[in-house]
Amino acid sequence: MSTTHPATSAPAPPGALNLSRTTATAARVLRQLRHDPRTIALMLLVPCVMLVLLRYVFDGSARVFDNIGASLLGIFPLITMFLVTSIATLRERTSGTLERLLAMPLGKGDLIAGYALAFGTLAIVQSALATGLAVWFLGLDVIGSPWLLLLVALLDALLGTALGLFVSAFAASEFQAVQFMPAVIFPQLLLCGLFTARENMHPVLEAISDVLPMSYAVDGMNEVMRHTDMTTAFVRDVGIVAGCAVLVLALGAATLKRRTV
Amino acid sequence: MMNYSSRPPEEPAVRAQDLTVVRGPRTVLRGLDFTVPRGQVTGLLGPSGCGKSTLMRAVVGTQAKVTGTLDVLGSPAGHPTLRTRIGYVTQAPSIYDDLSVRQNLDYFAAIADPGRAAADRRHENVTRAIADVDLTTHTDVLAGNLSGGQRSRVSLAVALLGTPELLVLDEPTVGLDPVLRRDLWQLFHAIAAERGATLLISSHVMDEAERCHRLLLMRAGEILADDTPDALRTRTGSETVEDAFLHLVDEATAAGGTKETTR
Repeated sequence: MSTTHPATSAPAPPGALNLSRTTATAARVLRQLRHDPRTIALMLLVPCVMLVLLRYVFDGSARVFDNIGASLLGIFPLITMFLVTSIATLRERTSGTLERLLAMPLGKGDLIAGYALAFGTLAIVQSALATGLAVWFLGLDVIGSPWLLLLVALLDALLGTALGLFVSAFAASEFQAVQFMPAVIFPQLLLCGLFTARENMHPVLEAISDVLPMSYAVDGMNEVMRHTDMTTAFVRDVGIVAGCAVLVLALGAATLKRRTV
Repeated sequence: MMNYSSRPPEEPAVRAQDLTVVRGPRTVLRGLDFTVPRGQVTGLLGPSGCGKSTLMRAVVGTQAKVTGTLDVLGSPAGHPTLRTRIGYVTQAPSIYDDLSVRQNLDYFAAIADPGRAAADRRHENVTRAIADVDLTTHTDVLAGNLSGGQRSRVSLAVALLGTPELLVLDEPTVGLDPVLRRDLWQLFHAIAAERGATLLISSHVMDEAERCHRLLLMRAGEILADDTPDALRTRTGSETVEDAFLHLVDEATAAGGTKETTR
């Protein structure tokens, strides 16, 4: 057989992204979700319902709602994307499609970027709904630009996607994957400043909260709530969340192995 | 081995020398030497658990802890340039249950042959692959709603997409009805004859052996024979390949009783 092969492009060098493979992957992930409207409905509606609930739980004290509501706008996308990504990639690992894809000329970066793109899109829709509802209907008092809220929410979603992808490598079943939620997310939830300001915690816990990415997600949200312009603290918070997302995505890529035992 | 023919033009599709694979504490393949000639259908036969899948995974480059020499289409197994040239079908169908047949193939086609410029070629390839596995009437059905046999055919169609030079099929006909099995074997031979592709097909059903050009008979991580079905029957004086296999097993047990006990 001659070696001339129709224009199939050479495999991308590791790390290089192939745009059409990435978008094809993102489109595929979204198409899978479209066949599952219930999941989409849950992803989009549950945060909204929670916000409404919270608004009327703190009916008498609007300030508390302002504080917690803003933090939650950052936390919801992180949690949802964590869950969805960890289950989706776990399925990809157990169904054999991951092995098949890695035996094909697909870069690991293409796969991860594809997932991030698909779930990022969904996260934008989710955050836009939740933020719009909170600001316009529930009277959440935002001093800064709602667009910055959306930006933080998007970065939080990316962080959730990254964490989910990474954690799915250590889960052998969907049961385990779901259990990673409390293991990875709950400690961050307790320490991120949602329940008490971080500086009021025991110094050890405060130090731990200083190295957990969700703390900065919540801090960033609160900066937007209280200041009209982009503060340096906001830029720092956003930078840390984005940096963590990229770092964990890279760790996640390292767990995708072409050769397995 | 008799099949070490001359260099390049007749270079075999797969050449293994002292191929060993360790999985955990177990040595699954023990120093195998074999070749798979180009443009033919080679059957990999042996009981379940004898190492067929591991051997196939080594050939496509997804198996870790492979030692020895393993050249595939002139490159070391797992080389990145091989990824577009090999089609691989795992035993369990590796497709997305929550996508339709066509959506599954569209996606894998976009990975194998990306870009807007290739869209028409992709569409053609997908339509042809669906026709090849006889699923034209089911293109818009969700893969999860198909029967087991239909799902494995979708998985097979994915491997047929890019006109690969080497097709590695792990038990592609398990659980299929006789008519479909016959049709698929006709398809395999057509692919070898018309497209000049090499096929390495595993099975634990011995009557499928008769349909192959060449056979690799495996047992417990070792290769018992590497020959044509006719030559095997003649050599062992058996009626069928199944008898030949049993004959060779008895022979190996008798000769290598000591070898069996060393783990």
